[in-house]
Amino acid sequence: MAPPDPATTERPWVGRSLLRVEDDALLRGEGRFLDDLAPVAHSCHAAVVRSQLAHARIEVDAAAALAMPGVVGVLTGADVAALSRPFPAGIDSGVPQYAVAIDTVRYVGEPIAVVVARDRYLAEDAAELVEVDYDPLDAVLDPVAAADEAVHDRSFAYGDVDGAMAGADLVLRQTFHFPRFTCTPVECYAVVADWDGTAGRLTAWANFQGPFTLHGVAAAALGLKGDRLRLLTPPDSGGSFGIKSSVFAYVVLIGLAARHLGVPVTWTEDRLEHLAASAASTGRTTEVEAGFTSEGLLVALRYDAIEDVGAYVRAPEPATLYRMHGSLSGAYRVPNVAVRNRVVLTNTIPSGLNRGFGGPQLYLGLERTMAVAAARLGLDPVELARRNLVTAAEMPYRTPSGAIYDSGDYEACLDQAIELADYDGLRARVVAARAEGRLAGIGLACVVEPSISNMGYITLAQTADERARSLPKSGNAEGASIAIDPLGGITVRLASTPQGQGHRTVCAQVVADALGCDPADVTVMSEMDTASVPWSVASGNYSSRFSGVAVGAVRAAALKLRAKIDAIRAHAGDESLSLRRVAGMAHWNPEGLPAGEEPGLAAVAFWAPPTLDPPDAEDRVASSAAHGFIVDICAVEVERKTGVVTVLDYVTVHDAGLLLNPALADGQVLGGFAHGVAAALYERHVYDEWGNLMTSSLIDYLAPTAPDIPALRIGHRSSPSPVTALGAKGIGEGNTMSAPVCIANAVADALARDDVELPLTPPRVWALLNGPPEQAEGEAGLAPIGGDA
Amino acid sequence: MNEIRVTVNGREVVEDVEPRLLLTDFLRHRLGLTGTHVGCEHGVCGACTVRLDGVSVRACCVLAVQADGSAVETVESLAEDGLLSPLQDAFKRHHALQCGFCTPGILMAADDLLSRGRPSREEIVEMLSGQLCRCTGYAPIVAAIEDACNTLSQGFEAIDG
Repeated sequence: MAPPDPATTERPWVGRSLLRVEDDALLRGEGRFLDDLAPVAHSCHAAVVRSQLAHARIEVDAAAALAMPGVVGVLTGADVAALSRPFPAGIDSGVPQYAVAIDTVRYVGEPIAVVVARDRYLAEDAAELVEVDYDPLDAVLDPVAAADEAVHDRSFAYGDVDGAMAGADLVLRQTFHFPRFTCTPVECYAVVADWDGTAGRLTAWANFQGPFTLHGVAAAALGLKGDRLRLLTPPDSGGSFGIKSSVFAYVVLIGLAARHLGVPVTWTEDRLEHLAASAASTGRTTEVEAGFTSEGLLVALRYDAIEDVGAYVRAPEPATLYRMHGSLSGAYRVPNVAVRNRVVLTNTIPSGLNRGFGGPQLYLGLERTMAVAAARLGLDPVELARRNLVTAAEMPYRTPSGAIYDSGDYEACLDQAIELADYDGLRARVVAARAEGRLAGIGLACVVEPSISNMGYITLAQTADERARSLPKSGNAEGASIAIDPLGGITVRLASTPQGQGHRTVCAQVVADALGCDPADVTVMSEMDTASVPWSVASGNYSSRFSGVAVGAVRAAALKLRAKIDAIRAHAGDESLSLRRVAGMAHWNPEGLPAGEEPGLAAVAFWAPPTLDPPDAEDRVASSAAHGFIVDICAVEVERKTGVVTVLDYVTVHDAGLLLNPALADGQVLGGFAHGVAAALYERHVYDEWGNLMTSSLIDYLAPTAPDIPALRIGHRSSPSPVTALGAKGIGEGNTMSAPVCIANAVADALARDDVELPLTPPRVWALLNGPPEQAEGEAGLAPIGGDA
Repeated sequence: MNEIRVTVNGREVVEDVEPRLLLTDFLRHRLGLTGTHVGCEHGVCGACTVRLDGVSVRACCVLAVQADGSAVETVESLAEDGLLSPLQDAFKRHHALQCGFCTPGILMAADDLLSRGRPSREEIVEMLSGQLCRCTGYAPIVAAIEDACNTLSQGFEAIDG
C-alpha cells in the first residue's frame, strides 16, 4: 500500500487496512504462546484430579500418589481451605467456591486435587492414583424446575407496563430457551506460578484476558494484597472470546500448589478439562410478553428470565443478565419495559464470559417475538421493524432502562441491508421454492450491539438501598504508556490483553497519527504485567472495548508526548526537528528543555468514556458506552427428509462508527458470525439425567469447520460515536448476538411454526417436521391473550 | 527408552525417548519446535498437523517412536531464505489468521494439499473440514489458499505434467 501524504490527511494511518505486524511470527511458527515459553527455570508440572460425579460428598486419599517416584506433592481440598478463601462474587449465593472442591463436588470436572510432578506424564500417572470416595447426592439439572430455589431474584419496571399491555391490541407471550454453548478457543488455559516465600509474593503467568477486576478476585482468594499477585500474560494468546477470563480460578489453584509445595508449577489444560470445567455461556429461559397496537407499534415488553449459571455464581456473574440491561428494548422505541431476573444453580459447569455475553440470550426472545408479531399483524418483518426503530433524529436516545444510544441511523441501515440482500428478489426465490414444495424461509434481525461495559452495571444485582450503602461503581477506564528512548525508539505498553484482534497493529496506526511517524517505527508490546503496565479494574479484552477505550488511552498518551515534542521543537526554534533529535535532547540535555518540562520522554495516560454513571435510584443504567447497530437478513432452506438447514444467503450491515482498520473489523464480523452460526445450528452442552457431560470432546461438541459456515456478505455504514476517542464502536460480538435469532427466524418462516429451538440440529428440525403439530393458539406456547387483532 | 533417528525439517536428530512420548511433545518440548500447537490431543482440531514423510498427520495421535526413520516437516520449514512462502504470504494478505494458534496446522495441511496438484475450491473446503479455527470464520483462509494456488500455478503445471 502506498504511504499516505501526512500533509493532506488529518489521520493518515487510522482507517486504513494495514497488514498486521503480528502475522509474520505467527505464520512462521514463532508465536509466543504461554506453553511455548518457560518463564521460570526448573518448573514442575501439574495434573488436576477432577470430579467424575455431578454432585457428591467426597473423601480424598492421596497417599499412593505421594509415594510415586517423581511426584513432588499433592494439593488437596484441606490444603486449599487452609491456605485460601472462597472467590468473592457479585452476589452471595450461599454456595462458596474455592479453587477446588473442599468436601462436596458440584459438577463433573470440578477440581478436587492438584498433583505436581517432575513432568506432565508422571503427574497424570499420579493423578490416577489419587483415590476419591464419592457419596452421591441428587443432581439439579433443570433450571426451570429449580427456579423456586433461585439465589437471585430482582424485578425492574420502567414506565407503565401493565397499563400499556392492557391497552394493547395484540399481546404475544412465548417462552424461549437459549442453550449453553462455549467459546472453544483452539488454545486451552495455561498457567505458570512461582511463589516467592521470602517476599510473600506470587508471580503468575496466564493466558488471561481480563477484566482485571478478576485480578482482585484472585488476590482476595489468595489472601494477598494486589502488589503481591503479579500477573503477566504472554505476547500471544490462542483465542478467547471471553472464556479466558475464567482462567483466574487456576491462577489461584496453581498458585496455591506452588506456594504449598515450594516449587514453580506449570499447568496446561487439555481439551477434555476445558470442555468439562473451564466455563460455558449461561443458559437462559425467558418468557417474553409483548404488546402491540393494531398498527404494529410495540408499546410494552415484559421479560421473565431464569438464568442457569451452573454450579456456582462465579465472578463476574451474574453479569450475563445485566450486561444488556440498558438495551432490554433492543433497537425499538418502546416506552414500557419490565424484567424479572432470577439466577439458579445447577450441577453443571460454571458460566463465564462468552462472545455476545447476554446479547444472544436477549435477542433470541426479542427478535423472535418481532417475527411472530409481524406474522400476526400481517406485516412484513421489515415493515414492522421500520415502524418501531429508534430514529436518527432521536439520537442520542435514552432507553427506558437507561442506555444512551450514542449515534446511528437505524432505518438507513435497514434500507442498506434490504438493498444488499436484494430483499424482493430473495422473497421471490422463497416463493418459487415453496411453489416447488420446498421448505424455504427468510429471517431478519435488528440488533443494537453495545460495547464498552459500565463497571457499575453489575451493581444492579443489588437494590438501590443496598447500593447506597457501598461505594458507587461506574465507568470503564483503560491505561497505556508510551516511552521514547534516547535513540527515538517508540515503545507502547498495553493492558488490553489481545487474543488475536490485532491490537499491536491498530495501536501503531493510532500512535503514528498522533506523533507524525510511520507505524513501522512504533513497537507495541501486547504482554500485560500488573507490576509495570498502567492498568485499572476495567482493563482487558472484553465487551468489545478495545477500539473505543484502549485506543483512547493510547491516543491520550501519544497526544501528551506530542505536546511535549512540539514544545521542545518550539523551544529549539525548529519545527521540523526529527523525533530522534528531540528524544536525544530530552534524555541527554534535560537542562536544555523548556522551563517546566520533565526530563525524559514518556507518558502514562488513562482514558474513559464520559457517559457511564452508576445506576440511578430508579435502577436505570447506561450499561455500555457505545452502541453499534446491525441488520441481518438471511434465507434458508430446510431439507424435508433430513431436517438439515442450509443457509442460502446471509447479509449483515454494520454501523460501528469509525473503522480503525477495516480489514480487521471485517475479520471480527466474520468470526462473530461463525460463532453465531455455531450457536444457531450446531453447538450446545448436553448433560444426561445424572449430570454427566455428553459433549465432553470435540467429537461430540460440534464446533463447525469450513464446510459448515455459510458465506457472509458484509456492508458498513458509519455514524461515529461521540463518546469514544476516535468515534469507533465495538464490532466483534454483534453477529454472535444476531445470527442465532436471524437463522431461527428464517427456519421458523420455512417451517411455518413458532416453536423452533436452538441449536437447529437436523434431529430437532426433523422432529418438528415429523412430530405432532404445533399446539393450538391459546393452549400453550404462543398465546395471543388479548385485543382484537 | 528407545533411540529414534528422525529427519526434522531436513536435519537429522537422534534422541532417546520413552515409547509413550507423543510426537507433539517430542517436537515442542524436546526439540523446541513450538510452532506445532496442541489444541485437543484427540485428533479433531488439527492444530498439531505436521507432514510425516510428506503426508499430513495429527502429531498428537502419533508416538515419537513411530516417526523413527522418517522425515518430519513442521511449520518452521515453510519459510525459505527468511521469506514467507507463497502460502504464508497469502494468509497474511487475506487476514486469514487472527490469534494464529490454529494457523501452523492449517498451513501444513494446505501445504500437503497443494503438493498434490491444483485443488478445486471444494477440495480446499473439504480439506479444511479437518481444521478448527475459531477466529476467522474460515472464508479468508479459503481465499488465501485459492490465492496461493494462483501464485503456484507454474508448479501445478509441472505436477500435472
